Amino acid sequence: MEIQRLVKMANDISRFFEAEPDHDEAVKGVLGHISRFWDPRMRREIAEHAAAGGSGLTDLAREAVSRLPPVTEARTA
Amino acid sequence: MGIRYIDLGTPVRTSEREVTLEIDGTQVTVPEGTSIMRAAAEAGFSIPKLCATDSLEPFGSCRLCLVEIEGRKGFPASCTTPVAEGLVVRTQSSALAKIRRNVMELYISDHPLDCLTCSANGNCELQDMAGVVGLREVRYGYEGANHLDSPKDTSNPYFTFDPSKCIVCSRCVRACEETQGTFALTIDGRGFGSVVSAGQNEDFMDSECVSCGACVQACPTATLMEKSVIEKGQAERSVVTTCAYCGVGCSFRAEMQGTEVVRMVPNKDGHANHGHSCVKGRFAIGYATHKDRITQPMIRASIHDPWKQVTWDEAIAHAASEFRRIQAEHGRGAVGGITSSRCTNEETYLVQKLVRAAFGNNNVDTCARVCHSPTGYGLKTTLGESAGTQAFDSVEKSDVIMVIGANPTDGHPVFGSRMKRRLREGAKLIVIDPRTIDLVRSPHVSASYHLKLRPGTNVAVVNALAHVVMTEGLWNESFVEARCDGHAFAKWRDFIVDPQNSPEALESETGVPAEQIRGAARLFATGGNAAIYYGLGVTEHSQGSTMVMGIANLAMATGNIGREGVGVNPLRGQNNVQGSCDMGSFPHELPGYRHVSDQITRQLFEGEWSVRLEPEPGLRIPNMLDAALDGSFRGIYIEGEDIAQSDPDTQHVTAALEAMECVVVQDIFLNETAKYAHVFLPGATFLEKNGTFTNAERRISPVRKVMPPLCGKEDWEVTQMLSNALGYPMNYSHPSEIMDEIARLTPTFAGVSYDKLERLGSLQWPCNAEAPEGTPTMHVHEFVRGKGNFVVTRYVPTEERTSRKYPLILTTGRILSQYNVGAQTRRTPNVVWHDEDRLEIHPSDAEVRGVRDGDWVGVRSRAGETVLRAVITERVQPGVVYTTFHFPESGANVITTDNSDWATNCPEYKVTAVQVEPVTQPSEWQKRFRSFSDEQLALLARQESQEA
Repeated sequence: MEIQRLVKMANDISRFFEAEPDHDEAVKGVLGHISRFWDPRMRREIAEHAAAGGSGLTDLAREAVSRLPPVTEARTA
Repeated sequence: MGIRYIDLGTPVRTSEREVTLEIDGTQVTVPEGTSIMRAAAEAGFSIPKLCATDSLEPFGSCRLCLVEIEGRKGFPASCTTPVAEGLVVRTQSSALAKIRRNVMELYISDHPLDCLTCSANGNCELQDMAGVVGLREVRYGYEGANHLDSPKDTSNPYFTFDPSKCIVCSRCVRACEETQGTFALTIDGRGFGSVVSAGQNEDFMDSECVSCGACVQACPTATLMEKSVIEKGQAERSVVTTCAYCGVGCSFRAEMQGTEVVRMVPNKDGHANHGHSCVKGRFAIGYATHKDRITQPMIRASIHDPWKQVTWDEAIAHAASEFRRIQAEHGRGAVGGITSSRCTNEETYLVQKLVRAAFGNNNVDTCARVCHSPTGYGLKTTLGESAGTQAFDSVEKSDVIMVIGANPTDGHPVFGSRMKRRLREGAKLIVIDPRTIDLVRSPHVSASYHLKLRPGTNVAVVNALAHVVMTEGLWNESFVEARCDGHAFAKWRDFIVDPQNSPEALESETGVPAEQIRGAARLFATGGNAAIYYGLGVTEHSQGSTMVMGIANLAMATGNIGREGVGVNPLRGQNNVQGSCDMGSFPHELPGYRHVSDQITRQLFEGEWSVRLEPEPGLRIPNMLDAALDGSFRGIYIEGEDIAQSDPDTQHVTAALEAMECVVVQDIFLNETAKYAHVFLPGATFLEKNGTFTNAERRISPVRKVMPPLCGKEDWEVTQMLSNALGYPMNYSHPSEIMDEIARLTPTFAGVSYDKLERLGSLQWPCNAEAPEGTPTMHVHEFVRGKGNFVVTRYVPTEERTSRKYPLILTTGRILSQYNVGAQTRRTPNVVWHDEDRLEIHPSDAEVRGVRDGDWVGVRSRAGETVLRAVITERVQPGVVYTTFHFPESGANVITTDNSDWATNCPEYKVTAVQVEPVTQPSEWQKRFRSFSDEQLALLARQESQEA
């Protein structure tokens, strides 16, 4: 998928959780949201983007995405 | 079921005290406040009447319902005389008979004697009463002054007004006032000269009449009569079913002659509407038999090929083989499906089951993605359940009503009338909306506060309201302590009391004077039972989910949850938004809002469905479209949705559809999406199938087949055929079996069955062992999630900003006479009220651009450009323009952007920066749209001519 769309989505999520005063909770919030609502191919692509420097991602989004567990080749692949 | 039902004369009364009296020698016990007429009717004694009907307050004008009461002088009207302990009432005597006969004689002396050719023949209360009182002659003759030559008003497309048949009982006038709340009718003149008048002695079409049909329903003669009855005659039977338009979910009796609908009559026993209706549900059903209906399956290899009409088996086999080919070549996840809020619960359940079990992935989504998905996320997070908290009846106990981003009199008109009735009774109103919606000021209704905020600043406003509540000590401490999570509340309190959330700090951002916010907050927190009703003006924003949680925060902080008269109430756009979400249409949830990663839930479904289920969330609609453009998503099954018209950034949607190899559309018309399809499967209207809809108050209501499907199959049968062709067996013989399966698998539906729906009429979920007859009010003793969860809702301005190039904000909405993408209502006479989408613009914005009322104007955003006709009005504030989206050629979504809610990807329809300028020709997109649409209609016509 067009990576900039995924970057925008991740950043939008991070802007909500930035209000969380506890930084670890904020990271968990972004991470949990992406894990629960994003299709594996989207998670894989944003994780690869973050691993390559994560251009355009907010700091919080980059930190959360970098903690995404590896996407196993799901049956949907 | 017959077409006539018992009218008890006056409305039901409720009281803890009961009164016993004697009527015609029989002891009768009724609640205090009941009329003698109703008490008699409930005991089986029918008192003659004309001006009384049980949907309206008694009026006491016709003088037919007189009775004798022992110890009282004269002959009191039984409709206006309440029962009293120990009364002895006689409903029949020679004196009463003489009076009634004389009264009827006077009525008939000024009434045409054309009963045999009258459209009401056989269903006329005047005719009935003449028989009941034994009228045998009219001594006054017809030579004197009369109204028999009064001209008939046929201006309304759906009903006529024939004053020559009017007995001036005022039922129509009272219905317009009490039931609808429009006050369009009045009695003009005095004495013998009294006549019913629409507006200022205007035709109905020129008056304020909104064609809800309440007056027609109330009329005891043929004075106000449906044109369909005049044309076809009286119906022979009726079937109770549920309206297929908005989220109110009104119950109707479809009155039938054979398999033809004569008229739709609102069901007095309907729990959502209590006998009221709007112009759409009551009259706009002509689309069901419109010539544009497609009733034969069709296929084609390319969207530029002519359609080929095929058998059901051929169409289904072709679709199934294409889906399997795509999956074999591009992976199991390369296909998916979309369900619709216009389809029944059973149909949406089957589509998501097909996707999960037959496709083997979770790539299923529903049109709630683009309307109320933030409601699901926000209310689940804060309260624990993805649904509104109240029944519609709850509004009758509200003291303060806050309406945010909703326009109930247009979007949910029957509930809007209920709300207006409560406001006329004295409840206070707070409206939060950029536009001056009708509710702000209508007859006998005036908002205490209209917070006319700038589009996109909802969260700032709700935070400011909560800030006032908390900093001025107006919060409900005992409720919060007892019912809510203390840690979450403390964190939220620290956030909300910060001065950055004060009305003063946010005034420049929201455009709402701080004092207005403070006043509204004080009223909401201290005015008694306070309820919040909201619509798409809340959800369709980049912070839609945040705003829903902000609303829940406000309700919890003020203790306005868990009883009648309060609550958080999403007004759902389409009839089955709630139901389609309940049925597991989202890619991350199985039915009952349980995440696909939950192993216990998955195992439950795997056991029932005999298939292994994917534990990862699937693609949402916008993700599917993005994936189509990158080549990883190539086939889609769309039941009842029109994403090419309804979804944002039209060019993006159509490009994605064009990129797919197999688009299967199941619909009643060749809609905009079907023009990009390779397989067309004809659908059935709500009149042609069985099932259930679930409305905005979680009410599950039956949809009953009143005529055979024009295409030969109900929609659930088509999905079942497709599933079987894909190799996943489905063997239902009736939708009731699908509901039985839903009940087995979904705890909130455990007690739902067709038998129970037949017995009780409707049910509000949760319906289970703890609540066998349903749950009108949720979260009564505790929240579904246990403790209420306050969530920090920081205001984040949308990225869609005005600039010198795009200085205005466009926001969108609906109009009363049209419905969403208009596929249904555009094919009815409702177009007389609204035959094109127009752009509302403030006079000052119009003047600086040289725009005059009615001019064509180009509306250009960062996403695209379209051309609409301008309407200059102060309903919108300076800097804001507004349009509806009912006509595809308007291209409203050509200009909306791809911004979306952070949590759910619900599009930000409500905020688009635009420029407006006079133009003389359609936009480039509109030219391309017309060209493509013409090509598609020609390809359809070529197929039809080949068949001929």
